Amino acid sequence: MSGIPMDRAAYEAEERAATNRLGMWTFLATEVMFFGGMFVAYVLYRSSYPDAFAVGSRTMELGCGTANTAVLLVSSFFMALGDRAARKGDRGALRGCLVLVALLGMAFLAIKGYEYASKVDEGLIPGRGFRYPGPPQLPLFMTLYFAMTGLHALHMILGVCAVAWLLWRSSPRRHQSVPVEPVAIVGLYWHFVDCIWIFLYPLFYLIGR
Amino acid sequence: MNTLPPLAAPPRAEPDYLRRDRSLRSWLCTHDHKRIGVLFLFTLTGFFLLGAIAAAGMRYALLSPQGNLVVSDLYNRLFTMHGVIMIWFFLVPSIPTVFGNFILPMAIGAPDVAFPRLNLASWYVFLAGGVLVLTAIGAGGVDTGWTFYTPYSSTYANGYVMLMASGVFVTGFSSIFTGLNFIVTVHRRRAPGMTWFRLPLFVWAIYATSIILVLATPVLAITLFLMALERGFGVGVFDPRIGGDPLLFQHLFWFYSHPAVYIMILPGMGVVSELLTCFSRKPIFGYRVMAFAILAIAGLGFLVWGHHMFVSSESLYAGLVFSLLSFLVSVPSAIKVFSWTATLHRGSIRLQAPMLYGLGFVALFTIGGLTGVALATLPLDVHLHGTYFVVAHFHYIMVGGMLMAYMGALHYWWPKMTGRLYHDWLARISALTIFLGFNLTFFPQFVLGYLGMPRRYAIYPPEFHTLNVLSTAGASVLGVGYLLPLFYLSWSFFRGRPAGPNPWGATGLEWRTASPPPKDNFEETPVVTEGPYAYRPEEAAP
Amino acid sequence: MSTPAAFLALEQASTVAGKVDLIGGTLLAVSLVVVAGLLAVNLYFIVRYRRGSPAPRPPLQISPGKLEAAWTTGTTLVFLGFFFWGAQLFVRMERPPPGATTIDVAARQWMWDFRQPNGRREFDTLHVPVGVPVRLRMTSEDVIHSFYAPSLRVKQDVVPGKTVSLWFQVTKAGTFTLFCSEFCGSKHAAMVGQIVAEPADRYAAWLAAGNPGSIARRGPALFVRYGCAGCHSPGGSVRAPPLERVYGSEVPVAGGGFVHADEAYLTDSILLPEKVVVAGYQPLMPSFQGVIPPGDLVELVAYLKTLGSASPPPARP
Repeated sequence: MSGIPMDRAAYEAEERAATNRLGMWTFLATEVMFFGGMFVAYVLYRSSYPDAFAVGSRTMELGCGTANTAVLLVSSFFMALGDRAARKGDRGALRGCLVLVALLGMAFLAIKGYEYASKVDEGLIPGRGFRYPGPPQLPLFMTLYFAMTGLHALHMILGVCAVAWLLWRSSPRRHQSVPVEPVAIVGLYWHFVDCIWIFLYPLFYLIGR
Repeated sequence: MNTLPPLAAPPRAEPDYLRRDRSLRSWLCTHDHKRIGVLFLFTLTGFFLLGAIAAAGMRYALLSPQGNLVVSDLYNRLFTMHGVIMIWFFLVPSIPTVFGNFILPMAIGAPDVAFPRLNLASWYVFLAGGVLVLTAIGAGGVDTGWTFYTPYSSTYANGYVMLMASGVFVTGFSSIFTGLNFIVTVHRRRAPGMTWFRLPLFVWAIYATSIILVLATPVLAITLFLMALERGFGVGVFDPRIGGDPLLFQHLFWFYSHPAVYIMILPGMGVVSELLTCFSRKPIFGYRVMAFAILAIAGLGFLVWGHHMFVSSESLYAGLVFSLLSFLVSVPSAIKVFSWTATLHRGSIRLQAPMLYGLGFVALFTIGGLTGVALATLPLDVHLHGTYFVVAHFHYIMVGGMLMAYMGALHYWWPKMTGRLYHDWLARISALTIFLGFNLTFFPQFVLGYLGMPRRYAIYPPEFHTLNVLSTAGASVLGVGYLLPLFYLSWSFFRGRPAGPNPWGATGLEWRTASPPPKDNFEETPVVTEGPYAYRPEEAAP
Repeated sequence: MSTPAAFLALEQASTVAGKVDLIGGTLLAVSLVVVAGLLAVNLYFIVRYRRGSPAPRPPLQISPGKLEAAWTTGTTLVFLGFFFWGAQLFVRMERPPPGATTIDVAARQWMWDFRQPNGRREFDTLHVPVGVPVRLRMTSEDVIHSFYAPSLRVKQDVVPGKTVSLWFQVTKAGTFTLFCSEFCGSKHAAMVGQIVAEPADRYAAWLAAGNPGSIARRGPALFVRYGCAGCHSPGGSVRAPPLERVYGSEVPVAGGGFVHADEAYLTDSILLPEKVVVAGYQPLMPSFQGVIPPGDLVELVAYLKTLGSASPPPARP
């Protein structure tokens, strides 16, 4: 890192941290490919059936999607602030940020849940119970919508769990030092999940409206 | 494992990894990369035997054109079982999880992998996937073939497709964990002085394989997930009735499964580079080109999946592009074959068992590669696609190539893993038996394929009878070849002569520590001052 | 079966068979030379440089870089040669010549259902004329099958939801085996048929003997039965494009541009009406995917083709 010689413990901690960060980046590469397969399916079918996808897009609740985008962007902002606070050793600010991040994450999931519920009411669940009038390829759009946002929501749930773990980990009673590296690693993951949404939002809510 | 005769253990300052703690718990909760490698060795041997039993059943059925013993439905289940088990539960994990785990950290001078707990998790996840797949097979099996093509798998197939696919899905995470671990280990855990261009080619090969594992496996996972969604909930992603495209499934599937071929062969190439250098006491010919060839194969391997689909009704232009790229991906493989041959030049060659396996790999891989060129040639593929020619081709690569390399690795590193030497002449006989039996089994299948016999046929026209009988006869020889090592290696584990740290006089870092190695591999961290393969042919070998 | 004597040779019964075998044979010869050469060199090294042999082992004189460049370039050039040779033949194999006899094929578990140009139907046996290009227009009713005739060196997957085509020209009379070469379920291995190639005059006689009338014969009835007439007839309840003289024309498309109205267009428009919407019309038509079985679809499309000049198109508003 720097040219200043460090003592052995500091050197090993730095090594460990760099190893963990590389591990997380590699994991995120896997995640990109994981979602990538479905993005390919989306692109292919959208180019084949632009009209059905436009109809599908109009069934989306633009308000909910936009609100969720805002919620996630703000949560990422607080995650970044939390990272900064952890590096400064400011335990109080870190925990405050983490609480906000977790709450915003749960808010996102609540809004998503509301959207899913309204899709059920409208008969937009693909499969045998599909009863929304529209072009025959509309279930294709809805399947991709549920598969992609559902997997994203699963990642959000894991993210909220990870933030809760950080809160426990940074509790003043448990540990002496403020966790710096775990916050950075969970932060990477959180921002990544946020980025996925930044792609999902226009693909499902905006294009073809 | 925990009943070693104590008298054979030489007194040592620190007990080796096998003797440190012999309780079952210490094995099941171990974080030691060596023990995890051994756990994988046992698990994979079990799966290999199961896959081989399925193969034996198929070869027996094909003794008669009307189908011997088994009816079509059973035959279809056998080849699915054989494919799924051999690919995902033997070939994909084989060299990476056993020898990657055991050797790679030592080969770069590290005490362990970067994430030891994740490494153990990888084994448990693998077991979980294995249990799911075995349940599916036990409950009645699946007849889709290992490729799970839709809409057959999603709509028409009977059997436990969901269970089987979820087993493969879960096992994918084991691959990802292992790959991630190796990538980070190679980046962060190299010993002082171990620069990138001092890495043994085995490490390069495992590193490139890991990149493919990490980038390709998730695509398989998502593909099987979408297929299972379609089967389970009737929501067609690939269903032509609502505008879905079955070819999309094939594209996504082969986007994983073609790179998976390189997952299966690259580690073998790495092992063979170690074997040929050690037993000819020569540095590898063209080290850097060999390293870059590995990376080139890994990279180009992502761009050729469409050659599995030349007759699938993909567009003419897609066919032309994928054909051209497939020719290009063969170039680095050809370079490797030439370089291995050149490595032998002016060496000091000993034909011990690992070397025989290494040379067998080069010969069979060359034939597999050249027939692959035939399949990349568009009009030839139109005729040969889906026939026994393809079956023979990929068995030459995967069994002739990868399994030979796996056996070579097992014989090369066995003394390091157990501290014992096996009976060399028996090992040489088994290597020759496998080589002969393999060619007898699969060479007739090239001819069958050219004559037009399609794959996955439980019964077949009588004009193919003679060649099928030949092939089955070869398979029984091959079976004997595979059973032999089971006996003499087990015997050597209990009664073999102590091996000493470096029985082959090899140069890798793993040979600088005791056999079996202590828990943290090295008494003190080794410092590397020269490239790999610093052999001199004039040097007297031990 | 067709070729009981075939043990190591497969007969060449189509115009491309010889050309395919020529590439294959050349590649086989090159491969044999390479394998034999490598084997000889390896064996020579193994014997000459065995441990303890007196052979001198001085350092290499030639630079490794030159050797590597030589064999990399050599291999690439040979491979490119085979690629271009194969590619140009493949392009010819993919494009049917004009004037080919068209036969409709429906594949289903586990049979081949053929419909000759005059509507004569046969199962698992396909009669074709010798010396005339034959084009198969194939669709699957369930899973993926693959039409494979080894003696003709042709193969094509038959994918549900698509119409795919394959052509060949048989060069000699005889009976040739037909396989399904894509795994399609329990009786996949029994989905075997035969291709009976006869001289053109005998084929014509065979065809005439079983003439059930034109393939488009049932068209008008189907046109009414599936409700097409409700919208596409002049007095229809909903405004839909008239279908007379559509086949072979350039149809203006909503959003600009034209599409050539070939069979694929007609089929697609019935199954996937959303895909291409005719300019000036609303996308109101439902999909007939799963409603009209492929057999009927073939007849319906054949009927639409006959509407070419049957009556002058009604005046457009």
